Amino acid sequence: MSGELFRLTIAEARDRLVRREISAQELTRACLDRIAELERRLNAFITVCPREALEQAAAADARLARGDAPALCGIPLAIKDIYLTRGIRTTCASKILGNFVAPYDATVIARLREAGAVFVGKANMDEFAMGSSSENSAFGPTRNPYDLTRVAGGSSGGSAAAVAAEECLAALGTDTGGSIREPASFCGVVGLKPTYSRVSRFGVIAFASSLDQVGPFTKTVRDAAIMLRELAGSDPQDSTCSARPVPDYERALTGDIEGLRIGVPREYFVSGMNPEVEESVRTALRQFESLGAKLVEISLPHTDYAIATYYIVATAEASANLARYDGIRYGLRVDADNNIELYNRTRARGFGAEVKRRIMLGTFALSSGYYDAYYLKAQQVRTLIRRDFEAAFARCDLIATPVAPTTAFRLGEKTADPMQMYLSDIFTISVNLAGLPGLSLPCGYDGAGLPIGLQIIGAPFGEEAMLRAADAYENSGACERRTPPLRSAA
Amino acid sequence: MSDSRITLEQVRHVARLARLELAPEEEGALQNDLSAILTYVDKLNQLDTSAIPPTAQVGEIGVPMRADEVLNAPAAEPMLANAPARQDHFFRVPKIIE
Amino acid sequence: MNESISSETYEAVIGLEVHAHLATRSKLFCGCANGFGAGPNEHTCPVCLGMPGVLPVLNRDAVELAIRMGLAAHCTIAPDSIFARKSYFYPDLPKGYQISMYDQPLCIGGYIEIPHNGGVRPIRLVRIHMEEDAGKNIHEGDFSLVDFNRSGVPLVEVVSEPDIRTAAEAAAYLHALRALLRYTGASEARMEEGNFRCDVNVSVRPRGSEKFGSRTEIKNLNSIRFVEDAIGHEVARQIDVIAAGGRIPQETLLWDPVRAETRPMRSKEFANDYRYFPEPDLPPLRVSAEMIEQIAAAMPVLPAQLRENLVRDYGLTAYEAGVLTEDRELADYFTNLLAVGLKNYKAAANWVMTEVLRLVNESGKPLAEAAPAAAETGALLKLIEDGAISLNAAKTAFAAMVKSGKSATATVGELGLMQVSDEAAIADACDRVIERHIRKVGEYRAGRDKLFGFFVGSVMKEMSGKGNPRMVNDILKRKLDG
Repeated sequence: MSGELFRLTIAEARDRLVRREISAQELTRACLDRIAELERRLNAFITVCPREALEQAAAADARLARGDAPALCGIPLAIKDIYLTRGIRTTCASKILGNFVAPYDATVIARLREAGAVFVGKANMDEFAMGSSSENSAFGPTRNPYDLTRVAGGSSGGSAAAVAAEECLAALGTDTGGSIREPASFCGVVGLKPTYSRVSRFGVIAFASSLDQVGPFTKTVRDAAIMLRELAGSDPQDSTCSARPVPDYERALTGDIEGLRIGVPREYFVSGMNPEVEESVRTALRQFESLGAKLVEISLPHTDYAIATYYIVATAEASANLARYDGIRYGLRVDADNNIELYNRTRARGFGAEVKRRIMLGTFALSSGYYDAYYLKAQQVRTLIRRDFEAAFARCDLIATPVAPTTAFRLGEKTADPMQMYLSDIFTISVNLAGLPGLSLPCGYDGAGLPIGLQIIGAPFGEEAMLRAADAYENSGACERRTPPLRSAA
Repeated sequence: MSDSRITLEQVRHVARLARLELAPEEEGALQNDLSAILTYVDKLNQLDTSAIPPTAQVGEIGVPMRADEVLNAPAAEPMLANAPARQDHFFRVPKIIE
Repeated sequence: MNESISSETYEAVIGLEVHAHLATRSKLFCGCANGFGAGPNEHTCPVCLGMPGVLPVLNRDAVELAIRMGLAAHCTIAPDSIFARKSYFYPDLPKGYQISMYDQPLCIGGYIEIPHNGGVRPIRLVRIHMEEDAGKNIHEGDFSLVDFNRSGVPLVEVVSEPDIRTAAEAAAYLHALRALLRYTGASEARMEEGNFRCDVNVSVRPRGSEKFGSRTEIKNLNSIRFVEDAIGHEVARQIDVIAAGGRIPQETLLWDPVRAETRPMRSKEFANDYRYFPEPDLPPLRVSAEMIEQIAAAMPVLPAQLRENLVRDYGLTAYEAGVLTEDRELADYFTNLLAVGLKNYKAAANWVMTEVLRLVNESGKPLAEAAPAAAETGALLKLIEDGAISLNAAKTAFAAMVKSGKSATATVGELGLMQVSDEAAIADACDRVIERHIRKVGEYRAGRDKLFGFFVGSVMKEMSGKGNPRMVNDILKRKLDG
């Protein structure tokens, strides 16, 4: 059994750890061994932390022996390299932070430590969370465990792949325009983006401040509920973090979705979609009906403007958030005779092409003479998009859609044309603009065996209904989960 | 705004504002990329937003404030640990000309 | 240039932008200490160093102090105000943007009164808002060294309308603004310590014109004196240029106090596109009517009111009241001093304005350290009032008190400065002097009035200098005139 410990879910591992059937160190070692075996092919991690992980596991075992077993005690997690983890290199997949050692823990990292979790490593991602494929990493792309010639999705590709390949029991990612949900969909795992402001952003390297949100990748919906409970809650260090009390999300998993109204937006089922994806999602919707839910056709009329809105708002905020990377107080510095050259060369050398592109776009959108036409305009359209959802939630409790128009595409397939890559965010991006919770749930596989994800969107702070519906579907057996065979390139 | 083509001069100006030194081939590529993106973004002008308030944030209203207390103990060394160049407890940069 | 013609033809249009450090214990957005004297970068943390992942959290007291200033300057306090990011690159600006306020500031409008033709004249304000300060650079050889202790310190920025017309008015405005900052407790506002900085916008236009001329901005002024000098110089310079048919380019200038001239700033850094947008990490600041009422109720007494009180209660002139209320500490010193039961308010005011202020100005120390306690100074003045010592003796005693820190009575006793006001004793001394100089008495009575001084001097000598001068005068006159 010990060789297969990495197959456990959090809920299962929690039971066995508490009953001392297995030790945290055994569990962690099983994951570390799996990482050692697979990493060369997957590249899900930028930094693996075997020493720290085993120390944490030993401490967890001591607590378990004392009968002190917080929710995540001894559970091995991968942490997207966007979270500051004290004493451990935190790069955000960028050369400009290639040597940066975090001097403090992000709030959620401190909470996970409190909860006894084990961090096996810092997961790969698109540089500064900008991307949908994890190909924009300064440390090489992460490959999809279901097909190593394909992307794992992004920007949290490493976290998704690590969970799918069972290198850890769960992982932490971030989602700004779909960066948890899309890779979850491509890698066949559960990915949860909570309501904006549900979880603290302190210590999460900022991309777009009004859109970024912390969230978990897990194997099951129950595990996601367990993780969310530990992550959520107010933080005096984050002025945008909600003080609303955190419910016991596990308790919401009653299995009963009788009468639940699920909105199906007509704008999300248009031509150009991969027919297998559409078929899989529609089948899942029929399954929800058979479980007692009611499908309601709704309209989100401003869907088509979401990508344009996002790529102005997010890049504008990002252009300011990334101004601090200047070679003066930390990170890469390219030496120069004067400060202007120091800035210019450090940033030119330290940032990758996609990051530069977005900084340029964002700077332009805020610049004198263009602010009204771009930034202000986009924020106004954002209001329209939010209102679409407010109106929809008057008629339904949840909204269901595909996560992505396709399954995982091939490495290099979309890198030539930035717009092509941006357009793949079409189903996830509105959710961030409206600040809503969204969850990606495996609902099938295409002919090539690639995973397909169903997105469930909740009302603000409506994670309980969202998780309950997803859990009910998952337990109905409608989608038989397959573990990736980890086939190499043909 | 029918022609959303951005000029090379605009690209250079924005690069100066953003402190990004661009190689000549980068300038051309960015000009193309940004023009394409701005052309796409232009569709926002199909919408009449004259009466619509902008959304600066999606969270709850009213900023939480903290009490005026000194919480951080004096600590220069750990804050300088990642400094690319330093002199004693200062961060060191090329001479600033006013 | 013919000065009088030019000043008739042209008028100066001046606006001032003042940045003052708020007197909070901690910084605006983090829990680092806000204060002086620490070693470089000792008062820093990931937040005020702009490290990856950090977020700002607003200091409640800073908001309260800013609102106090707004109320004291008769501004409208906005119920909702918005923080904004102001982007530019500079080594002492850690995030590459400053969190400030732009479209919706905390305080709007308002005015500050300056003395004018015996009354007051309001200088209108555009706004007052809050923002964080940047760090400091010092230059050493080929390098600059950056210290972020000041990064994140809270500032209020007070922007006036261009209502000011002369350098003297600008100085008066700065004095009045500084007094408000100190009285409200918002800021210590000491230019020498760098917590009160002033930028000046100057333009000129033909007298009677309503249009604004092209303006220049003068930065780096760290004393009120320099502000006056710089304005005087720049106004004259602009008039020269325009009178000769030239134009004034809009530029930023530095004041060089050594050469007494303005020169353009070398770097184009400040010709910036700040790309302001609302700060997404801070929700709008919502100030309720209750909060404003609470702050107004807790407001310390302000200079204008205090001046009124002094004129009304103690019969001081507007000028005297003005000097005494320049500083809250000085005004308190004056009232505490009177509390010993003095009746000669004018004399007390004069003493504070001359003897006490001189100590402060010469020593460069704050009032509490430079001068004896108000109660002791009051006791000394009471001795003068009671006739126990002469004015000159009091000055000697005061100087000694400053050095020794001892009480008034102890000092006067030790130095033997008590004067004699006993009528009989004085009469005795007069008699003795008159007896000794009968011939001179005769000459005096015959008309040589000038000899009176000789007699006064002799009586004083007879009394070892301790005679009450006024009484000596009166009694001697009576005896001599017969």
